[in-house]
Amino acid sequence: MLKQTEGSHAIAECVALCRPEVICAYPITPQTHIVEGLGEMVKGGDLKNCEFINVESEFAALSVAIGASAAGARTYTATASQGLLFMAEAVYNAAGLGLPIVMTIGNRAIGAPINIWNDHTDSMSMRDAGWIQLYAETNQEAADLHIQAFRLAEELSIPVMVCVDGFILTHAYERIDIPTQEQVDAYLPPFEPRQVLDPREPVSIGAMVGPEAFMEVRYLAHHKQMRALELIPRLSAEFRQQFGRDSGGLIRTYRAGDAKTIVVALGSVNGTIKDVIDELRDEGHAIGAASICSFRPFPSEALHEVLSHAKRLVVIEKSLAVGIGGIVSHNLRMALSGISLHAYTVVAGLGGRAITKASLRALFERALRDDLEPLTFLDLNQAAINRELEREKAQRRSGPSAENILRDIAGGTRSAI
Amino acid sequence: MEMQQIKFYQTGTFTVGNRLLDADQRSVQANMERTNSLNSGHRACQGCGEALGARYAIDAAMRAANNQVIACNATGCLEVFSTPYPETSWQIPWIHSLFGNAAAVATGVAAAMKVKGRRDVRVIAQGGDGGTTDIGFGCLSGMFERNDDVLYICYDNEAYMNTGVQRSSATPPAARTATTMALGPEPGNAFGQGKNVPLIAMAHGIPYVATASVAYLRDLEEKVKRAMSLSGARYIHILVPCPLGWGAQPSDTIKLARLAVETGLFPLFEAEHGEVVGSTRIRRRVPVEEYLKPQKRFAHLFGKTPAVGTLARIQEMADRNIRKYRLIDERRHG
Repeated sequence: MLKQTEGSHAIAECVALCRPEVICAYPITPQTHIVEGLGEMVKGGDLKNCEFINVESEFAALSVAIGASAAGARTYTATASQGLLFMAEAVYNAAGLGLPIVMTIGNRAIGAPINIWNDHTDSMSMRDAGWIQLYAETNQEAADLHIQAFRLAEELSIPVMVCVDGFILTHAYERIDIPTQEQVDAYLPPFEPRQVLDPREPVSIGAMVGPEAFMEVRYLAHHKQMRALELIPRLSAEFRQQFGRDSGGLIRTYRAGDAKTIVVALGSVNGTIKDVIDELRDEGHAIGAASICSFRPFPSEALHEVLSHAKRLVVIEKSLAVGIGGIVSHNLRMALSGISLHAYTVVAGLGGRAITKASLRALFERALRDDLEPLTFLDLNQAAINRELEREKAQRRSGPSAENILRDIAGGTRSAI
Repeated sequence: MEMQQIKFYQTGTFTVGNRLLDADQRSVQANMERTNSLNSGHRACQGCGEALGARYAIDAAMRAANNQVIACNATGCLEVFSTPYPETSWQIPWIHSLFGNAAAVATGVAAAMKVKGRRDVRVIAQGGDGGTTDIGFGCLSGMFERNDDVLYICYDNEAYMNTGVQRSSATPPAARTATTMALGPEPGNAFGQGKNVPLIAMAHGIPYVATASVAYLRDLEEKVKRAMSLSGARYIHILVPCPLGWGAQPSDTIKLARLAVETGLFPLFEAEHGEVVGSTRIRRRVPVEEYLKPQKRFAHLFGKTPAVGTLARIQEMADRNIRKYRLIDERRHG
């Protein structure tokens, strides 16, 4: 049913339609509205046969989820930013144990400096933890991906993160089609665990594994993700059949067929990118885009195909691998084998810095002229940086950088230089 | 059946001889039908108090729950020595996730059982003192305050033994560990530190808290049985001597566990909803030296010049426990 609703609420409604049995909730902006929505449904009796547990930390949230999932319950939780880091140990553990937990990440920056706004640093930090990572481009897709995520997780017995841009998606009100319970039930069968804690058939789970078998266990985790490369497009196609719209898949291309310049990005920024591509196409430029939905497993082959005829690649990254540059770009290197093109990494939108059409247009125009550095930081305030660098040069006790820069930008009085 | 007060007058040990009891009053461990939840063949050290404590407690819990028990284990000795595959010693469904999350994992298992209508299945979380009083404390307190239907059992051997005997918040004052060396003007662990988790558990107002000792088998089994008869969050803290970490003879494990109780250093008590409802009387009170001397971790107190002041401070702790928990029957000794 079409309704005007908040992204978080649409996600909560779709998660509820998946009939979760245990939900662990711990508040952290910007995912909080999702678990609040679910809590309301459980408490109000709309979501039956579900335990909603208010835990004391994100580490506990995922740990409770681990126990519930290992005992055979369909389990869901959500987190963001610092919360994801605080549960990091359990993130790896859930994947290592092969537990099909679904977790929403309301993508948000990582401090210090503390910042509640959107970028992808949080989920990127867990990219190698063994979870499947799906990035939503729109709120419709964010809602839909959760339904696919439970199916994917449970078929492979592997946890799935659905990454949703904080605020930009989680807090945006739009028209969203919420499916019916019958539709979801037809798509998502009941959870049949591969392993379960049950006194009727006692097993030990989580035993010590030594060098004789550890490599094989890790390899199998990789193997499962390689299988997901085939399963994700299939589930997306089945989803289209059942729900009548495109959602998910490995990647999605936009006007990329004859494009000489391809822009690659994850998440909601693809909307703005498409608008700019339309403008540049109108002006005769052969530019297109590829949006990565599945970052783990990484769709190297699909991207190789899209990029094989391109001359230029611009990767827009909402995260920064400090000391080297782009994370997505480096993952893409594997897909570029045998392709000769100019590759540009653009770090953009960190800590919620708006990525505007005007900025992207100017950026793409420079790329089309091959007038870009290999690594660019979009809309960086170079003057503010220079002032801080000068301050550090001038005095040993230059003080905390973040506070200095804020003071400078606000036009405060304490400007040492 | 109610536990019957029976006095035994064996010499020396004061332990209860099962053969003096009716068959239906004997301990779970004395029963040929016991489940041996933690089966033989595991890799614990000789004389390991934790291995004993875990088998006693889980067997008693199995008996009480008609064998419908799932256990969640923190990382530590118990987890490591029981499960180098394919030689798991666990005869029950068992999961190990992380060092600091056993209580939370158990909450999850309990929630799953509830939602699946398996109310007959009981959930136990267990860990050592490090996994309980230190790194797992947040999850433990969370489980307590939500009153989740979990029995948490702490096997307290008073330090991080699995990693090589480092101090935990359950390490007693003056004890030598790898991180509280027997050096300097105040050798060993500092006085005035550490936390008493049974008392903290009581502060959560949970239905049941008890301390127990591997030297008091019937008492331990009764407490597990009592805990299993209740629902909500329950906590049992069992003192389990560690021959390796304490620097003691493996054959002295039970003796030391008993001396810890008889000195008053480890009071045995039960509490319900935050109030102490009973304590085990000391029948033969002994000075703390008798407990400390056989342990190399306290050897620095008994050198050429005995650390009289330190010993007096430890005796004071024991005396305080005896007063606080009424461990001496005043009518007999007063």
